[in-house]
Amino acid sequence: MLSLKEKDRPIVRKLLCAGCCVRCVLRFCCVGTCSAYRRSYELLAFISEESSPQPHDASGEEKTDEPPNKRLRIDEGSTEASVTAAQTDSDICPVCLGVLQDFCDPTFAKQVSDAVKNQQYEFNSLVLTVSLPAQLSVREHSCWLHVKKEIREKSMCLGKEDVIQVKDAFKWAVQGKIGQELGAAVLANVSSSCEVSVGFMHPETEEDCHFLANTCPDCFKPTKNKASIFTRMAVVKALEKISEEKFSRHYPCPPKKTNTRCTALDTTCLHTSVFIAGRYNKFSRELPQTPWVIDGERRMDGSVEELIAAPLLSSFRADGKLCVGRPNQIRIPNCRRCVCYFQMTINQSSDKIRVRDLQIVTREATSRMKEGEEEKTKTYSALIWTQKAIDSTDLEFLANIKDLKIAQKTPLRVLHRRPLAVRPRLIHSMSSIYLDGHHFTLKLCTQAGTYIKEFVHGDFGRTKPNLCDLMKTNADILELDVESVDIDWPPAIPD
Amino acid sequence: MEDSEKKAPSVIDRYFTRWYRTDLKGKSCEDHCILQHSNRICVITLAESHPILQNGRKIKNINYQISDGCSRLKNKVSGKSKRGGQFLTEFAPLCRITCTDEQEYTIFSCIRGRLLEVNEDILNKPDLLLEKPSTEGYIAVILPKFEESKSVTEGLLTREQYEEVLTKRNQQEEPC
Repeated sequence: MLSLKEKDRPIVRKLLCAGCCVRCVLRFCCVGTCSAYRRSYELLAFISEESSPQPHDASGEEKTDEPPNKRLRIDEGSTEASVTAAQTDSDICPVCLGVLQDFCDPTFAKQVSDAVKNQQYEFNSLVLTVSLPAQLSVREHSCWLHVKKEIREKSMCLGKEDVIQVKDAFKWAVQGKIGQELGAAVLANVSSSCEVSVGFMHPETEEDCHFLANTCPDCFKPTKNKASIFTRMAVVKALEKISEEKFSRHYPCPPKKTNTRCTALDTTCLHTSVFIAGRYNKFSRELPQTPWVIDGERRMDGSVEELIAAPLLSSFRADGKLCVGRPNQIRIPNCRRCVCYFQMTINQSSDKIRVRDLQIVTREATSRMKEGEEEKTKTYSALIWTQKAIDSTDLEFLANIKDLKIAQKTPLRVLHRRPLAVRPRLIHSMSSIYLDGHHFTLKLCTQAGTYIKEFVHGDFGRTKPNLCDLMKTNADILELDVESVDIDWPPAIPD
Repeated sequence: MEDSEKKAPSVIDRYFTRWYRTDLKGKSCEDHCILQHSNRICVITLAESHPILQNGRKIKNINYQISDGCSRLKNKVSGKSKRGGQFLTEFAPLCRITCTDEQEYTIFSCIRGRLLEVNEDILNKPDLLLEKPSTEGYIAVILPKFEESKSVTEGLLTREQYEEVLTKRNQQEEPC
């Protein structure tokens, strides 16, 4: 239900005078109903009703001063508003530069939908993103100032935030048709859906922004690669800073009309990244977590990463790189399927690993995993060799050590890819099982992020104190098993 | 000397390759051992035949200030690519060690690369260098350039070649 009121009439008139299109008029009247932007003939009926004399209006002075708008005439009587040859260049709205005119027609919506279909994405829902040329913000600002002056004279208020944004109006106008064409729901937020990007450019007015570089130079940072410094964000920032008076001096209010309308860029589709989390167990000591390659030569066959990722990659038909942040968290950009059960596939593919609790998680969840690395604890079991001969009494003292503070310099074995630093860590508790004169099993519960091997052999004395110091002998680690990772995420999924 | 009751290879055996440079700068027996990790990082240590480790010598002083403008202690690296580390060539001095018998020895880098760290523990406890020259008594850690990871050991001796040198020396009965 459209709701233009009496009070809107002066704004409507001023905007139509400036050459604004119907949808821009609605925007500046703060009409927030999506349906209002869809049906042009309805719009027009209201606009022409509002801008022309009401039958019951006694004075009859409200006759529009300007000649009937060409646009109104063209769209009238047709449910499918289409571009006709009669539409002249002067009809291009100086505020939206045509984005809210022809591009809101079903023809364009179909064009976008066809482009998506051609790229063969599968999805149940999509998100529409629109990118507009930066100068639209300048023209919007100019139009707002123009209208504001009028309002002030009638002692009313029009906040810039109350004005409906071009992006929103566009989406409201087209998403119904696009959704219909593609058989998918159009969502407002980006979560596990397909992102359809529509972009526009308008070379003719690119210089509209340039005056801002002189008035607000600190908003514009030099760019690499000869990219334009007039990014949308920079322009918006400058418009926030510049005073109304200064703006009006440098730029016409209302904005000048143009000869051309915007050109649409190619529609692109992108599946937002899917994040999959789970837990894995590794049953082989000869399997590294990530591929071990030195100088292009593979040192050990396979890896946890590859075993988990392979079935996912092929099922997802993912292109581009696969990022494995931690072994139990995989990010897959540009995948084309929704997740079903890959757990079974992975578990059947190899007896060296087992995964469980595989599930899709949000991007935000990945930070929970990072948190876990810092805060949580892990329990290990290690087979220790000692140089000096020991008996079981020599091990008793280990059980009495609680919350031992150690300082670990970045181990030499990872120093090539990690920054050099000293990491304070806690060994919460230990216990031991005597095996023979030179061997025992050491169980430890440590802060997550502790390098166990280095704690045992000392890493050239760069982890202090270490087990060699504690036991006053050279010691080495022969086997290391993770007993548990004490973090309650991702949530367990019953089989 | 390390007791060899081991059945399993040590940390050094498992991760490192031993390389040697003997008679550094023509000085008899001043042998260095470079431990090269499979990830290309190198640890510079004294070889077991180095004079400092012979005849019960004691260390009086270890000095990382190798010139007026340069102290290896001031070396600071940051980030994953270890920016800021002093770049060393083969004969860049790492430190000067003075023994109680007033003999002075310079320890050299032996390889080209970025200095990551020098061992500050031996400043406080020089005995570490005498007791555990291959592990806790290491001198420095150097990261060769990625492109030079392999070539950095050209000109160094393998363990076998080093042992041959030692054998020859014994035959010539050169005391160190």
